[in-house]
Amino acid sequence: MSDLITSFWQTYNTLFYTVFVHGMLALSIYITLSCGQLSLGNAAFMGIGAYTAALLTMKAGAPFGLSLIAGGFLPAAVALIIGIPTLRLSGVYLAMATLGFGEVVRVVFLNMKITGGSLGLNGVPLKTELWHLILVMGILIYFFIKLRNSRFGRILEAINEDEVAASVMGIRATYYKVWAFAIGAFIAGVAGGLNAHFTFFISPREYGFEPAVDILTFAILGGTRTLWGPLAGSTILSILPELFRFLGPYRLALNGIILVLVVLYLPNGIVDRDTFSNLKKFFKKEENA
Amino acid sequence: MFLQQIANALALGAVYSLFAIGFTLIFGVLEVITLAHGAVFMMGAFAGLIAVTKFNAGLASTLLASMIVSGLAGYLIDLIAVGPLRKRKFHHLAPMIATIGCATIITSTYQGIFGAEAYRFPFDFVPSTSYDIGGIQLTLLQLIIIGISLFLMIVLIFFLNKTRWGKAVRAVAENPKTAALLGIPVEQVFRLTMSISSAFGGAAGVLTGLNFNTIHTFMGGPILHRGIAVIILGGMGDIRGAMAGGLILGFSEILSVAYISSDFRDAISFGLLFLILLVRPSGIFGKVIERKG
Repeated sequence: MSDLITSFWQTYNTLFYTVFVHGMLALSIYITLSCGQLSLGNAAFMGIGAYTAALLTMKAGAPFGLSLIAGGFLPAAVALIIGIPTLRLSGVYLAMATLGFGEVVRVVFLNMKITGGSLGLNGVPLKTELWHLILVMGILIYFFIKLRNSRFGRILEAINEDEVAASVMGIRATYYKVWAFAIGAFIAGVAGGLNAHFTFFISPREYGFEPAVDILTFAILGGTRTLWGPLAGSTILSILPELFRFLGPYRLALNGIILVLVVLYLPNGIVDRDTFSNLKKFFKKEENA
Repeated sequence: MFLQQIANALALGAVYSLFAIGFTLIFGVLEVITLAHGAVFMMGAFAGLIAVTKFNAGLASTLLASMIVSGLAGYLIDLIAVGPLRKRKFHHLAPMIATIGCATIITSTYQGIFGAEAYRFPFDFVPSTSYDIGGIQLTLLQLIIIGISLFLMIVLIFFLNKTRWGKAVRAVAENPKTAALLGIPVEQVFRLTMSISSAFGGAAGVLTGLNFNTIHTFMGGPILHRGIAVIILGGMGDIRGAMAGGLILGFSEILSVAYISSDFRDAISFGLLFLILLVRPSGIFGKVIERKG
Protein backbone atom coordinates (compact mmCIF):
# COMPACT_ATOMS: atom_id res chain seq x y z
CA MET A 1 0.00 0.00 0.00
CA SER A 2 2.71 2.45 0.96
CA ASP A 3 4.53 1.48 -2.24
CA LEU A 4 1.44 2.38 -4.16
CA ILE A 5 1.27 5.76 -2.45
CA THR A 6 4.96 6.42 -3.08
CA SER A 7 4.72 5.60 -6.77
CA PHE A 8 1.52 7.59 -7.07
CA TRP A 9 3.26 10.55 -5.44
CA GLN A 10 6.29 10.23 -7.66
CA THR A 11 4.12 10.26 -10.75
CA TYR A 12 1.80 13.03 -9.73
CA ASN A 13 3.70 15.31 -7.36
CA THR A 14 4.38 17.87 -10.11
CA LEU A 15 0.69 17.93 -10.86
CA PHE A 16 -0.02 18.44 -7.18
CA TYR A 17 2.44 21.34 -7.04
CA THR A 18 0.94 22.79 -10.20
CA VAL A 19 -2.52 22.74 -8.66
CA PHE A 20 -1.22 24.91 -5.80
CA VAL A 21 0.54 27.35 -8.12
CA HIS A 22 -2.51 27.64 -10.36
CA GLY A 23 -4.63 28.24 -7.28
CA MET A 24 -2.39 31.15 -6.27
CA LEU A 25 -2.55 32.59 -9.78
CA ALA A 26 -6.33 32.31 -9.76
CA LEU A 27 -6.37 34.24 -6.47
CA SER A 28 -4.06 36.86 -7.96
CA ILE A 29 -6.63 37.70 -10.62
CA TYR A 30 -9.52 37.28 -8.17
CA ILE A 31 -8.47 40.34 -6.19
CA THR A 32 -8.51 42.60 -9.25
CA LEU A 33 -11.75 41.03 -10.46
CA SER A 34 -13.31 41.65 -7.07
CA CYS A 35 -13.05 45.38 -7.70
CA GLY A 36 -14.41 44.90 -11.21
CA GLN A 37 -11.11 45.21 -13.09
CA LEU A 38 -10.02 42.68 -15.67
CA SER A 39 -6.25 42.33 -15.79
CA LEU A 40 -4.63 40.14 -18.41
CA GLY A 41 -1.18 41.04 -17.11
CA ASN A 42 -0.93 38.47 -14.34
CA ALA A 43 1.03 35.98 -16.40
CA ALA A 44 3.59 38.73 -17.03
CA PHE A 45 3.78 39.50 -13.31
CA MET A 46 4.24 35.79 -12.68
CA GLY A 47 7.08 35.85 -15.19
CA ILE A 48 8.78 38.84 -13.57
CA GLY A 49 8.55 37.07 -10.21
CA ALA A 50 9.81 33.78 -11.63
CA TYR A 51 12.83 35.32 -13.36
CA THR A 52 13.65 37.53 -10.37
CA ALA A 53 13.52 34.68 -7.89
CA ALA A 54 15.32 32.20 -10.15
CA LEU A 55 18.11 34.65 -11.01
CA LEU A 56 18.58 35.57 -7.36
CA THR A 57 19.01 31.96 -6.27
CA MET A 58 21.07 30.97 -9.30
CA LYS A 59 23.36 33.95 -9.79
CA ALA A 60 23.46 35.63 -6.38
CA GLY A 61 23.05 32.56 -4.20
CA ALA A 62 20.32 34.26 -2.21
CA PRO A 63 18.33 32.20 0.28
CA PHE A 64 15.10 30.80 -1.13
CA GLY A 65 12.80 32.82 1.13
CA LEU A 66 14.49 36.06 0.18
CA SER A 67 14.30 35.31 -3.55
CA LEU A 68 10.62 34.53 -3.22
CA ILE A 69 9.89 37.76 -1.41
CA ALA A 70 11.91 39.74 -3.94
CA GLY A 71 10.02 37.87 -6.67
CA GLY A 72 6.83 39.22 -5.13
CA PHE A 73 7.92 42.80 -4.55
CA LEU A 74 9.40 43.51 -7.97
CA PRO A 75 6.20 42.72 -9.90
CA ALA A 76 4.22 44.64 -7.26
CA ALA A 77 6.45 47.67 -7.82
CA VAL A 78 6.03 47.35 -11.58
CA ALA A 79 2.27 47.06 -11.05
CA LEU A 80 2.23 50.27 -9.01
CA ILE A 81 4.12 52.12 -11.73
CA ILE A 82 2.02 50.94 -14.66
CA GLY A 83 -1.17 50.75 -12.61
CA ILE A 84 -1.44 54.47 -11.93
CA PRO A 85 -1.91 55.44 -15.59
CA THR A 86 -3.64 52.24 -16.78
CA LEU A 87 -6.24 51.89 -14.05
CA ARG A 88 -7.85 55.10 -15.17
CA LEU A 89 -8.92 52.93 -18.09
CA SER A 90 -11.79 50.58 -17.55
CA GLY A 91 -13.44 47.52 -19.01
CA VAL A 92 -11.96 46.27 -22.25
CA TYR A 93 -9.43 49.09 -22.45
CA LEU A 94 -7.81 47.96 -19.23
CA ALA A 95 -7.84 44.35 -20.40
CA MET A 96 -6.15 45.35 -23.65
CA ALA A 97 -3.62 47.63 -21.94
CA THR A 98 -2.57 44.85 -19.58
CA LEU A 99 -2.44 42.48 -22.53
CA GLY A 100 -0.13 44.90 -24.34
CA PHE A 101 1.99 45.20 -21.22
CA GLY A 102 2.19 41.40 -21.00
CA GLU A 103 3.43 41.13 -24.58
CA VAL A 104 6.08 43.79 -23.99
CA VAL A 105 7.31 41.91 -20.91
CA ARG A 106 7.43 38.64 -22.85
CA VAL A 107 9.47 40.19 -25.64
CA VAL A 108 11.84 41.77 -23.14
CA PHE A 109 12.43 38.33 -21.58
CA LEU A 110 13.03 36.99 -25.07
CA ASN A 111 15.75 39.52 -25.80
CA MET A 112 17.62 40.02 -22.55
CA LYS A 113 20.95 38.27 -22.03
CA ILE A 114 20.42 37.60 -18.35
CA THR A 115 17.09 35.83 -18.89
CA GLY A 116 18.61 33.46 -21.42
CA GLY A 117 16.52 34.69 -24.37
CA SER A 118 14.16 32.24 -26.02
CA LEU A 119 16.04 29.30 -24.49
CA GLY A 120 15.00 30.45 -21.05
CA LEU A 121 16.73 29.63 -17.81
CA ASN A 122 17.83 26.07 -17.39
CA GLY A 123 18.77 24.41 -14.13
CA VAL A 124 16.82 26.46 -11.63
CA PRO A 125 17.57 24.70 -8.31
CA LEU A 126 14.74 22.53 -7.03
CA LYS A 127 13.89 24.23 -3.77
CA THR A 128 10.13 24.30 -3.57
CA GLU A 129 8.72 21.76 -1.17
CA LEU A 130 5.15 20.87 -0.48
CA TRP A 131 5.06 22.67 2.86
CA HIS A 132 6.15 25.93 1.21
CA LEU A 133 3.16 25.72 -1.07
CA ILE A 134 0.78 24.79 1.73
CA LEU A 135 2.13 27.62 3.91
CA VAL A 136 1.79 30.26 1.17
CA MET A 137 -1.66 29.02 0.24
CA GLY A 138 -2.68 29.05 3.90
CA ILE A 139 -1.53 32.65 4.28
CA LEU A 140 -3.42 33.63 1.13
CA ILE A 141 -6.65 31.98 2.25
CA TYR A 142 -6.36 33.65 5.67
CA PHE A 143 -5.69 37.00 3.99
CA PHE A 144 -8.69 36.70 1.68
CA ILE A 145 -11.03 35.58 4.47
CA LYS A 146 -9.93 38.57 6.58
CA LEU A 147 -10.13 40.85 3.56
CA ARG A 148 -13.78 40.15 2.99
CA ASN A 149 -15.02 41.99 6.07
CA SER A 150 -12.24 44.54 6.27
CA ARG A 151 -12.48 48.17 5.23
CA PHE A 152 -10.31 47.53 2.18
CA GLY A 153 -12.39 44.52 1.12
CA ARG A 154 -15.64 46.43 1.43
CA ILE A 155 -14.21 49.33 -0.54
CA LEU A 156 -13.24 46.93 -3.34
CA GLU A 157 -16.74 45.51 -3.33
CA ALA A 158 -18.25 48.99 -3.45
CA ILE A 159 -16.08 49.84 -6.46
CA ASN A 160 -17.14 46.60 -8.11
CA GLU A 161 -20.83 47.29 -7.56
CA ASP A 162 -20.73 50.85 -8.82
CA GLU A 163 -17.56 52.81 -9.26
CA VAL A 164 -19.27 56.16 -9.76
CA ALA A 165 -21.41 55.74 -6.64
CA ALA A 166 -18.33 54.71 -4.66
CA SER A 167 -16.44 57.80 -5.82
CA VAL A 168 -19.37 60.01 -4.89
CA MET A 169 -19.19 58.58 -1.38
CA GLY A 170 -15.62 59.78 -1.13
CA ILE A 171 -13.75 56.58 -2.02
CA ARG A 172 -10.61 57.23 -4.04
CA ALA A 173 -11.38 54.49 -6.54
CA THR A 174 -8.15 54.64 -8.57
CA TYR A 175 -6.03 54.52 -5.41
CA TYR A 176 -7.66 51.30 -4.19
CA LYS A 177 -7.75 49.77 -7.66
CA VAL A 178 -4.01 50.30 -7.98
CA TRP A 179 -3.43 48.63 -4.61
CA ALA A 180 -5.59 45.65 -5.56
CA PHE A 181 -3.64 45.40 -8.82
CA ALA A 182 -0.31 45.51 -6.97
CA ILE A 183 -1.38 42.88 -4.44
CA GLY A 184 -2.46 40.68 -7.33
CA ALA A 185 0.94 41.20 -8.94
CA PHE A 186 2.67 40.32 -5.67
CA ILE A 187 0.73 37.04 -5.39
CA ALA A 188 1.39 36.19 -9.03
CA GLY A 189 5.10 36.95 -8.57
CA VAL A 190 5.42 34.68 -5.54
CA ALA A 191 3.54 31.94 -7.39
CA GLY A 192 5.95 32.39 -10.29
CA GLY A 193 8.94 32.13 -7.96
CA LEU A 194 7.60 28.95 -6.37
CA ASN A 195 6.81 27.51 -9.78
CA ALA A 196 10.28 28.24 -11.16
CA HIS A 197 11.88 26.36 -8.28
CA PHE A 198 10.19 23.06 -9.00
CA THR A 199 9.93 23.03 -12.80
CA PHE A 200 13.74 23.29 -13.19
CA PHE A 201 13.30 25.31 -16.37
CA ILE A 202 11.53 28.55 -17.28
CA SER A 203 11.11 30.25 -20.66
CA PRO A 204 9.30 33.37 -21.94
CA ARG A 205 6.66 31.20 -23.61
CA GLU A 206 5.19 30.34 -20.22
CA TYR A 207 4.31 33.96 -19.51
CA GLY A 208 2.62 35.05 -22.72
CA PHE A 209 -0.96 35.51 -23.82
CA GLU A 210 -2.22 31.94 -23.42
CA PRO A 211 -1.22 31.62 -19.75
CA ALA A 212 -2.83 35.01 -19.07
CA VAL A 213 -6.06 33.73 -20.58
CA ASP A 214 -5.73 30.47 -18.64
CA ILE A 215 -5.49 32.37 -15.36
CA LEU A 216 -8.63 34.32 -16.22
CA THR A 217 -10.34 31.06 -17.14
CA PHE A 218 -9.54 29.51 -13.74
CA ALA A 219 -11.28 32.37 -11.96
CA ILE A 220 -14.29 32.64 -14.27
CA LEU A 221 -14.91 28.88 -14.34
CA GLY A 222 -14.81 28.60 -10.56
CA GLY A 223 -16.71 31.81 -9.93
CA THR A 224 -15.45 35.20 -8.81
CA ARG A 225 -17.85 35.87 -5.97
CA THR A 226 -16.00 33.98 -3.26
CA LEU A 227 -12.39 33.03 -2.80
CA TRP A 228 -13.26 29.32 -3.13
CA GLY A 229 -14.42 29.83 -6.71
CA PRO A 230 -11.01 30.59 -8.24
CA LEU A 231 -9.48 27.76 -6.20
CA ALA A 232 -12.08 25.27 -7.43
CA GLY A 233 -11.71 26.47 -11.02
CA SER A 234 -7.93 26.23 -11.05
CA THR A 235 -7.99 22.76 -9.45
CA ILE A 236 -10.49 21.41 -11.96
CA LEU A 237 -8.72 22.87 -14.99
CA SER A 238 -5.32 21.63 -13.82
CA ILE A 239 -6.45 18.07 -13.18
CA LEU A 240 -8.83 17.55 -16.12
CA PRO A 241 -6.15 17.52 -18.86
CA GLU A 242 -4.29 14.86 -16.86
CA LEU A 243 -7.38 12.69 -16.46
CA PHE A 244 -8.04 12.90 -20.18
CA ARG A 245 -4.47 12.42 -21.32
CA PHE A 246 -5.64 9.50 -23.48
CA LEU A 247 -7.51 11.97 -25.68
CA GLY A 248 -4.17 13.34 -26.88
CA PRO A 249 -4.31 16.78 -28.43
CA TYR A 250 -8.11 16.75 -28.24
CA ARG A 251 -8.08 16.96 -24.46
CA LEU A 252 -7.77 20.74 -24.52
CA ALA A 253 -10.95 20.83 -26.58
CA LEU A 254 -12.65 19.36 -23.53
CA ASN A 255 -11.46 22.35 -21.45
CA GLY A 256 -13.01 24.59 -24.09
CA ILE A 257 -16.31 22.72 -24.04
CA ILE A 258 -16.47 22.90 -20.24
CA LEU A 259 -15.71 26.60 -20.34
CA VAL A 260 -18.51 27.30 -22.82
CA LEU A 261 -20.98 25.17 -20.86
CA VAL A 262 -20.12 26.87 -17.57
CA VAL A 263 -20.45 30.35 -19.04
CA LEU A 264 -23.81 29.37 -20.53
CA TYR A 265 -25.33 27.47 -17.64
CA LEU A 266 -23.51 28.57 -14.47
CA PRO A 267 -23.08 32.30 -14.98
CA ASN A 268 -21.65 32.81 -11.50
CA GLY A 269 -19.19 29.96 -11.85
CA ILE A 270 -19.09 26.62 -10.13
CA VAL A 271 -18.89 27.97 -6.57
CA ASP A 272 -21.22 30.84 -5.75
CA ARG A 273 -21.84 32.57 -2.42
CA ASP A 274 -24.81 30.40 -1.58
CA THR A 275 -23.33 27.13 -2.86
CA PHE A 276 -22.37 25.86 0.58
CA SER A 277 -25.67 26.75 2.22
CA ASN A 278 -27.53 25.19 -0.71
CA LEU A 279 -25.52 21.99 -0.32
CA LYS A 280 -26.26 21.93 3.41
CA LYS A 281 -29.97 22.36 2.73
CA PHE A 282 -29.83 19.65 0.09
CA PHE A 283 -28.26 17.12 2.46
CA LYS A 284 -30.64 18.04 5.30
CA LYS A 285 -33.57 17.33 3.02
CA GLU A 286 -32.07 13.95 2.12
CA GLU A 287 -31.82 13.07 5.81
CA ASN A 288 -35.39 14.10 6.53
CA ALA A 289 -36.81 12.20 3.61
CA MET B 1 15.56 49.65 -50.43
CA PHE B 2 13.11 51.93 -48.64
CA LEU B 3 10.63 51.76 -51.53
CA GLN B 4 10.90 47.99 -51.50
CA GLN B 5 10.00 47.94 -47.82
CA ILE B 6 6.89 49.94 -48.66
CA ALA B 7 5.67 47.15 -50.93
CA ASN B 8 6.18 44.56 -48.18
CA ALA B 9 4.56 46.78 -45.59
CA LEU B 10 1.53 47.37 -47.82
CA ALA B 11 0.95 43.65 -48.34
CA LEU B 12 1.36 42.91 -44.63
CA GLY B 13 -0.70 45.89 -43.51
CA ALA B 14 -3.52 45.11 -45.95
CA VAL B 15 -3.97 41.66 -44.42
CA TYR B 16 -3.85 43.10 -40.90
CA SER B 17 -6.55 45.59 -41.90
CA LEU B 18 -8.68 42.83 -43.37
CA PHE B 19 -8.40 40.79 -40.19
CA ALA B 20 -9.01 43.75 -37.90
CA ILE B 21 -11.98 45.06 -39.85
CA GLY B 22 -14.05 41.99 -38.93
CA PHE B 23 -12.78 42.09 -35.39
CA THR B 24 -13.75 45.72 -34.96
CA LEU B 25 -17.13 45.24 -36.65
CA ILE B 26 -18.02 42.53 -34.15
CA PHE B 27 -17.00 44.79 -31.28
CA GLY B 28 -18.92 47.71 -32.75
CA VAL B 29 -22.14 45.75 -33.23
CA LEU B 30 -22.11 43.03 -30.57
CA GLU B 31 -19.85 44.78 -28.05
CA VAL B 32 -17.92 41.55 -27.72
CA ILE B 33 -14.19 41.00 -28.15
CA THR B 34 -14.15 37.65 -29.90
CA LEU B 35 -10.96 35.94 -28.90
CA ALA B 36 -11.99 33.18 -31.34
CA HIS B 37 -11.17 35.43 -34.30
CA GLY B 38 -7.64 34.05 -34.50
CA ALA B 39 -8.94 30.48 -34.59
CA VAL B 40 -11.41 31.43 -37.31
CA PHE B 41 -8.52 32.98 -39.26
CA MET B 42 -6.62 29.69 -39.00
CA MET B 43 -9.70 27.76 -40.17
CA GLY B 44 -9.87 29.97 -43.25
CA ALA B 45 -6.23 29.30 -44.08
CA PHE B 46 -6.71 25.53 -43.81
CA ALA B 47 -9.94 25.64 -45.83
CA GLY B 48 -8.01 27.43 -48.59
CA LEU B 49 -5.20 24.92 -48.38
CA ILE B 50 -7.58 21.97 -48.71
CA ALA B 51 -9.40 23.63 -51.60
CA VAL B 52 -6.09 23.97 -53.45
CA THR B 53 -4.45 20.65 -52.65
CA LYS B 54 -7.48 18.36 -52.70
CA PHE B 55 -9.79 20.03 -55.20
CA ASN B 56 -7.29 21.90 -57.38
CA ALA B 57 -9.22 25.13 -56.90
CA GLY B 58 -8.18 28.38 -58.52
CA LEU B 59 -7.49 31.56 -56.61
CA ALA B 60 -11.08 32.86 -56.58
CA SER B 61 -12.65 29.60 -55.46
CA THR B 62 -9.92 29.12 -52.84
CA LEU B 63 -10.78 32.49 -51.38
CA LEU B 64 -14.47 31.70 -51.55
CA ALA B 65 -14.00 28.34 -49.82
CA SER B 66 -12.10 29.87 -46.93
CA MET B 67 -14.63 32.67 -46.53
CA ILE B 68 -17.52 30.20 -46.51
CA VAL B 69 -15.90 27.91 -43.94
CA SER B 70 -14.91 30.80 -41.66
CA GLY B 71 -18.24 32.55 -42.09
CA LEU B 72 -20.01 29.36 -41.12
CA ALA B 73 -17.74 29.01 -38.09
CA GLY B 74 -18.63 32.56 -37.04
CA TYR B 75 -22.31 31.76 -37.46
CA LEU B 76 -21.98 28.66 -35.29
CA ILE B 77 -19.98 30.47 -32.60
CA ASP B 78 -22.75 33.02 -32.35
CA LEU B 79 -25.48 30.37 -32.46
CA ILE B 80 -23.95 28.16 -29.77
CA ALA B 81 -21.87 30.34 -27.46
CA VAL B 82 -22.37 34.07 -27.85
CA GLY B 83 -26.01 34.34 -28.91
CA PRO B 84 -27.59 32.58 -25.92
CA LEU B 85 -25.72 34.93 -23.57
CA ARG B 86 -27.41 37.98 -25.09
CA LYS B 87 -30.85 36.90 -23.99
CA ARG B 88 -29.88 36.70 -20.33
CA LYS B 89 -28.28 39.43 -18.32
CA PHE B 90 -24.86 38.11 -17.50
CA HIS B 91 -21.49 39.29 -16.39
CA HIS B 92 -20.28 41.62 -19.10
CA LEU B 93 -17.20 39.47 -19.68
CA ALA B 94 -19.19 36.27 -20.22
CA PRO B 95 -19.35 36.47 -24.05
CA MET B 96 -15.60 37.06 -24.29
CA ILE B 97 -14.92 34.05 -22.07
CA ALA B 98 -17.27 31.96 -24.19
CA THR B 99 -15.24 32.87 -27.28
CA ILE B 100 -12.07 31.79 -25.46
CA GLY B 101 -13.75 28.41 -25.03
CA CYS B 102 -14.63 28.30 -28.74
CA ALA B 103 -11.07 29.20 -29.70
CA THR B 104 -9.72 26.39 -27.53
CA ILE B 105 -12.13 23.88 -29.05
CA ILE B 106 -11.32 24.89 -32.64
CA THR B 107 -7.55 25.10 -32.19
CA SER B 108 -7.13 21.82 -30.36
CA THR B 109 -9.42 19.98 -32.77
CA TYR B 110 -7.36 21.27 -35.69
CA GLN B 111 -4.16 20.35 -33.87
CA GLY B 112 -5.57 16.87 -33.44
CA ILE B 113 -6.29 16.61 -37.16
CA PHE B 114 -3.37 18.44 -38.74
CA GLY B 115 -0.68 18.11 -36.10
CA ALA B 116 1.94 20.76 -35.41
CA GLU B 117 3.71 20.78 -38.76
CA ALA B 118 3.67 23.62 -41.28
CA TYR B 119 1.85 23.17 -44.58
CA ARG B 120 2.54 24.90 -47.89
CA PHE B 121 0.62 25.82 -50.97
CA PRO B 122 1.78 24.08 -54.19
CA PHE B 123 4.91 25.67 -55.56
CA ASP B 124 3.47 27.51 -58.57
CA PHE B 125 0.00 28.28 -57.21
CA VAL B 126 0.74 31.96 -57.73
CA PRO B 127 3.36 32.48 -60.47
CA SER B 128 6.39 34.28 -59.12
CA THR B 129 6.39 37.14 -61.59
CA SER B 130 7.01 40.66 -60.45
CA TYR B 131 6.23 44.09 -61.83
CA ASP B 132 8.08 47.35 -61.68
CA ILE B 133 5.72 50.10 -60.61
CA GLY B 134 7.40 53.47 -60.18
CA GLY B 135 10.67 51.90 -59.09
CA ILE B 136 9.05 49.48 -56.64
CA GLN B 137 9.29 45.77 -57.37
CA LEU B 138 5.87 44.33 -56.60
CA THR B 139 5.41 40.58 -56.92
CA LEU B 140 2.20 39.28 -58.42
CA LEU B 141 1.43 37.77 -55.02
CA GLN B 142 1.74 41.12 -53.27
CA LEU B 143 -0.48 42.73 -55.90
CA ILE B 144 -3.07 39.99 -55.44
CA ILE B 145 -3.01 40.35 -51.66
CA ILE B 146 -3.32 44.13 -51.75
CA GLY B 147 -5.94 43.95 -54.50
CA ILE B 148 -8.17 41.36 -52.81
CA SER B 149 -7.94 43.10 -49.45
CA LEU B 150 -8.87 46.46 -50.94
CA PHE B 151 -11.69 44.93 -52.96
CA LEU B 152 -13.18 43.16 -49.94
CA MET B 153 -12.95 46.28 -47.79
CA ILE B 154 -14.63 48.41 -50.46
CA VAL B 155 -17.39 45.82 -50.80
CA LEU B 156 -17.92 45.88 -47.04
CA ILE B 157 -18.09 49.66 -46.88
CA PHE B 158 -20.53 49.70 -49.81
CA PHE B 159 -22.62 47.05 -48.06
CA LEU B 160 -22.72 48.98 -44.80
CA ASN B 161 -23.53 52.31 -46.37
CA LYS B 162 -25.79 51.51 -49.28
CA THR B 163 -27.74 48.31 -48.67
CA ARG B 164 -30.77 47.70 -46.46
CA TRP B 165 -29.04 45.05 -44.37
CA GLY B 166 -25.93 47.14 -44.07
CA LYS B 167 -27.93 50.04 -42.75
CA ALA B 168 -29.59 47.65 -40.30
CA VAL B 169 -26.13 46.60 -39.06
CA ARG B 170 -25.21 50.23 -38.48
CA ALA B 171 -28.48 50.92 -36.70
CA VAL B 172 -27.92 47.99 -34.35
CA ALA B 173 -24.37 49.17 -33.69
CA GLU B 174 -25.79 52.55 -32.72
CA ASN B 175 -28.43 51.17 -30.36
CA PRO B 176 -29.87 47.64 -30.42
CA LYS B 177 -33.00 48.55 -28.45
CA THR B 178 -34.01 51.42 -30.70
CA ALA B 179 -33.23 49.29 -33.73
CA ALA B 180 -35.54 46.57 -32.41
CA LEU B 181 -38.30 49.12 -31.86
CA LEU B 182 -37.90 50.20 -35.46
CA GLY B 183 -38.59 46.65 -36.57
CA ILE B 184 -35.05 45.59 -37.38
CA PRO B 185 -34.52 41.85 -36.72
CA VAL B 186 -31.70 42.47 -34.26
CA GLU B 187 -30.85 38.81 -33.63
CA GLN B 188 -30.40 38.16 -37.34
CA VAL B 189 -28.27 41.27 -37.68
CA PHE B 190 -26.01 40.05 -34.88
CA ARG B 191 -25.63 36.68 -36.56
CA LEU B 192 -25.03 38.24 -39.96
CA THR B 193 -22.33 40.47 -38.48
CA MET B 194 -20.58 37.50 -36.90
CA SER B 195 -20.70 35.57 -40.18
CA ILE B 196 -19.44 38.41 -42.38
CA SER B 197 -16.71 39.40 -39.96
CA SER B 198 -15.54 35.82 -39.59
CA ALA B 199 -15.55 35.39 -43.38
CA PHE B 200 -13.23 38.39 -43.57
CA GLY B 201 -11.04 36.78 -40.93
CA GLY B 202 -10.92 33.62 -43.06
CA ALA B 203 -9.93 35.62 -46.16
CA ALA B 204 -7.14 37.23 -44.14
CA GLY B 205 -6.08 33.72 -43.13
CA VAL B 206 -5.72 32.41 -46.65
CA LEU B 207 -3.94 35.59 -47.79
CA THR B 208 -1.48 35.35 -44.89
CA GLY B 209 -0.92 31.70 -45.76
CA LEU B 210 -0.08 32.76 -49.32
CA ASN B 211 2.06 35.71 -48.24
CA PHE B 212 4.40 33.67 -46.03
CA ASN B 213 3.60 30.34 -47.69
CA THR B 214 3.21 28.57 -44.38
CA ILE B 215 0.05 27.41 -42.72
CA HIS B 216 0.03 25.87 -39.29
CA THR B 217 -2.45 25.31 -36.51
CA PHE B 218 -1.09 27.97 -34.16
CA MET B 219 -1.05 30.80 -36.66
CA GLY B 220 -4.15 32.25 -34.98
CA GLY B 221 -2.39 33.45 -31.82
CA PRO B 222 0.00 36.09 -33.18
CA ILE B 223 -2.58 37.57 -35.56
CA LEU B 224 -5.09 37.82 -32.71
CA HIS B 225 -2.65 39.92 -30.67
CA ARG B 226 -2.01 42.11 -33.69
CA GLY B 227 -5.72 42.42 -34.35
CA ILE B 228 -6.20 43.66 -30.80
CA ALA B 229 -3.36 46.14 -31.25
CA VAL B 230 -4.85 47.35 -34.54
CA ILE B 231 -8.36 47.95 -33.29
CA ILE B 232 -7.10 49.82 -30.25
CA LEU B 233 -4.79 51.86 -32.42
CA GLY B 234 -7.66 52.77 -34.73
CA GLY B 235 -10.35 53.10 -32.10
CA MET B 236 -12.54 50.17 -31.13
CA GLY B 237 -15.54 49.58 -33.34
CA ASP B 238 -14.33 51.99 -36.00
CA ILE B 239 -13.89 50.55 -39.49
CA ARG B 240 -11.76 53.37 -40.93
CA GLY B 241 -9.66 53.07 -37.80
CA ALA B 242 -9.12 49.35 -38.34
CA MET B 243 -8.00 49.96 -41.92
CA ALA B 244 -5.60 52.73 -40.95
CA GLY B 245 -4.42 50.86 -37.85
CA GLY B 246 -3.64 47.75 -39.92
CA LEU B 247 -1.48 49.74 -42.31
CA ILE B 248 0.27 51.56 -39.45
CA LEU B 249 1.08 48.25 -37.77
CA GLY B 250 2.26 46.74 -41.07
CA PHE B 251 4.57 49.69 -41.68
CA SER B 252 5.87 49.86 -38.11
CA GLU B 253 6.68 46.14 -38.13
CA ILE B 254 8.41 46.11 -41.52
CA LEU B 255 10.35 49.30 -40.84
CA SER B 256 11.43 48.20 -37.37
CA VAL B 257 12.69 44.91 -38.80
CA ALA B 258 14.51 46.73 -41.59
CA TYR B 259 16.06 49.53 -39.59
CA ILE B 260 16.17 48.53 -35.91
CA SER B 261 16.14 44.83 -35.13
CA SER B 262 13.88 41.94 -35.90
CA ASP B 263 14.06 40.86 -32.26
CA PHE B 264 12.02 43.75 -31.01
CA ARG B 265 9.35 43.71 -33.72
CA ASP B 266 6.61 42.59 -31.37
CA ALA B 267 7.80 44.82 -28.55
CA ILE B 268 7.61 47.86 -30.82
CA SER B 269 4.06 47.17 -31.95
CA PHE B 270 2.88 46.41 -28.45
CA GLY B 271 4.86 49.23 -26.91
CA LEU B 272 3.10 51.51 -29.38
CA LEU B 273 -0.21 50.03 -28.33
CA PHE B 274 0.57 50.50 -24.66
CA LEU B 275 1.52 54.13 -25.23
CA ILE B 276 -1.61 54.83 -27.26
CA LEU B 277 -3.72 53.43 -24.46
CA LEU B 278 -2.06 55.70 -21.95
CA VAL B 279 -2.17 58.84 -24.08
CA ARG B 280 -5.34 58.38 -26.08
CA PRO B 281 -7.31 55.28 -25.00
CA SER B 282 -10.00 55.93 -27.55
CA GLY B 283 -7.56 55.36 -30.43
CA ILE B 284 -6.97 57.51 -33.47
CA PHE B 285 -10.53 57.68 -34.77
CA GLY B 286 -12.50 56.51 -31.75
CA LYS B 287 -14.82 58.44 -29.55
CA VAL B 288 -14.42 58.24 -25.79
CA ILE B 289 -17.13 55.90 -24.65
CA GLU B 290 -17.39 54.39 -21.22
CA ARG B 291 -18.22 50.83 -21.95
CA LYS B 292 -18.38 47.81 -19.78
CA GLY B 293 -17.30 45.10 -22.12
